[in-house]
Amino acid sequence: MECMIAKPSKGAAGKTGLWRTFKPIYHPERCNLCQLCWLYCPENVIDVSEDGITIDYEYCKGCGICAKICVKNAIEMVREEET
Amino acid sequence: MKFFFSSGHGACPGCALPIAVKNVLYALEGKCFVVNPTGCLEIISSQYDRSAWGVPYIHSVFENAAAVAAGIEAALKALGRKDEGHVVVFAGDGATADIGIGCLSGMFDRDHDVLYICLDNEAYQNTGNQQSGLTPPGSNTTTTPVGKLLPGKVGKKKDMVAFALAHGVKYVATASVAYPMDIRRKAKRAVEFEGAKYIQIHCPCVTGWGINSNETVKVAKLAVETALYPLVEYENGELVRVRKIKQRKPVEEYLKVQRRFRHLFKHPKGKEIIEMLQKIADENAKRFGLDE
Repeated sequence: MECMIAKPSKGAAGKTGLWRTFKPIYHPERCNLCQLCWLYCPENVIDVSEDGITIDYEYCKGCGICAKICVKNAIEMVREEET
Repeated sequence: MKFFFSSGHGACPGCALPIAVKNVLYALEGKCFVVNPTGCLEIISSQYDRSAWGVPYIHSVFENAAAVAAGIEAALKALGRKDEGHVVVFAGDGATADIGIGCLSGMFDRDHDVLYICLDNEAYQNTGNQQSGLTPPGSNTTTTPVGKLLPGKVGKKKDMVAFALAHGVKYVATASVAYPMDIRRKAKRAVEFEGAKYIQIHCPCVTGWGINSNETVKVAKLAVETALYPLVEYENGELVRVRKIKQRKPVEEYLKVQRRFRHLFKHPKGKEIIEMLQKIADENAKRFGLDE
């Protein structure tokens, strides 16, 4: 029975960070910790702590909702460079 | 700050469904049994062998999500395990308004203790933008294509709130992904009621509506601010709360940012449709007292 049950896990569709065209860059000096990005992020990759936010780039799809919703412009979308 | 819907699911970048789902699950503190009919949400979160759900989850077929939820609720009642969690259905608009409407009506009629949430993205977006009962008039879909004669969908958006109210459902509300705190409050309020509950959440679709991935929240906000999607709340059949609009915007502002309404501005019958949509918005504002 054990193998029949799908355990909840990150990456149900694989490493979705590979889908990204634009990468969100966080500027901690402008952030006022309003947590709006955390509230709206469809991917749940933003984690808030007292020192600021962290973004999990392994799964972030780069939709840009966080940058658009941020009132302080603390998140900037930068085009991914080819590696 | 734990969410019960993990990252790395297969939704398009900028999809609104996960915003609605994660906030509902957060509000219910993960104490729920989720039933999910076929639709976008199913294919993005539960591909074979994998699952993004941190709560008990069952995928039913397209038409019987409400019946499956009713069965789970009856079983929990019979086993005396009702305190373990709420039974929640996350259904798309097609599964709610077209295919599953019979089972939904039966569930409302028997008044099972189920929270039914309709994630309204206004077409069958999973299969590529086909018209559903909740598609607004004038929308360009693959089954109502714009041509020389037809200006998109003919007819009206089905009033599912009135449908739920006619069944005597105790808690009926509409919400929008533009206001996640409102979604959380409504989900929390809904589960305080015993019996069937219905919430309809407006979720813009990036690919079907033809919007930028970062404009999801903006478009959802515009739908509320133009009064095309009024946020209302009924308790025991009475209108108790609405979201007031400070300065109501003309519907063109909502229409012009979307590809599915682009033809309205040059089609010979487009003006007629825009006037009709404006009339619907005016009627909504008058009926619910949206203007401040």
